[in-house]
Amino acid sequence: MATSNGSSTGTKITALVVDDDRVINAIHCKLLNKLGIENHVAANGKEAVDLHCSGKKFDLILMDRDMPIMNGIEATRELRAMGVRSIIVGVSTRSIKQEIQEFMDSGLDDYQEKPLTSSKVISILRKIDFVD
Amino acid sequence: MDSVVLLQRQLVDYTAQLFNEGFLDDQFNQLQQLQDESNPDFVVEVVTLFFEDSERLLNELAKALEQQSIDYRKIDAHVHQLKGSSSSIGAQRVQKVCIAFRNYCEERNIEGCQKCLQQVKNEYSLVKTKLETLFKLEQQVLAAGGSIPWPM
Repeated sequence: MATSNGSSTGTKITALVVDDDRVINAIHCKLLNKLGIENHVAANGKEAVDLHCSGKKFDLILMDRDMPIMNGIEATRELRAMGVRSIIVGVSTRSIKQEIQEFMDSGLDDYQEKPLTSSKVISILRKIDFVD
Repeated sequence: MDSVVLLQRQLVDYTAQLFNEGFLDDQFNQLQQLQDESNPDFVVEVVTLFFEDSERLLNELAKALEQQSIDYRKIDAHVHQLKGSSSSIGAQRVQKVCIAFRNYCEERNIEGCQKCLQQVKNEYSLVKTKLETLFKLEQQVLAAGGSIPWPM
């Protein structure tokens, strides 16, 4: 696996992990970290939105679906309404087609079942051309 | 030298047992693969988080099931969380009970829920003990100058 300072400008890819489960956050952050991605964490949809309101931007957002205060569907809608163009990948354990579609419809670019693995993350990065 | 090999053998056998008995699944291997020299305690750290969160959730569940008027949505939310975090560290048996638990929640079946709470407490307690034993064995291998033979 090539070390991924893959982007031609040499700047690090940034990612935001949005999940209320800190076990998942620890794992997903470590995964991204190993791939050379700089990451931040938000514990729910509202925190993710607030981060963007304060001017922060991320290349990639990993959005959990079920969270307190503001869930992933609401947060994704909100971010898209704010004009956020980042790649947003929905991450959840839900496997019912309808529920996945509902999540996708809120503005996701992709959906993955959690927990993520290195190969899932790499396939996401390939889709957005960040890795060869 | 011999003692290291013996300890490593013990570790390998114990781990295999946990997988065979369904206490752990492949997700645990994924965690091991994320561990490296820059973060040699990663697995222990994540599992410790899991222990803390699970104990909190189990307490909340016990409280919720004692209420006069049961809030099934709250219970479901807690179980959903427990299911998520147990699956993320590979604690397969805990995860399985959570699935059954959620079904009883949907049916608003109080007895089923209470039974599942007991079951999930048992499974959690079992996997906790086994993981603690696993980590102890790892420590012994390292203390004897050996290295951990992941993946197994």
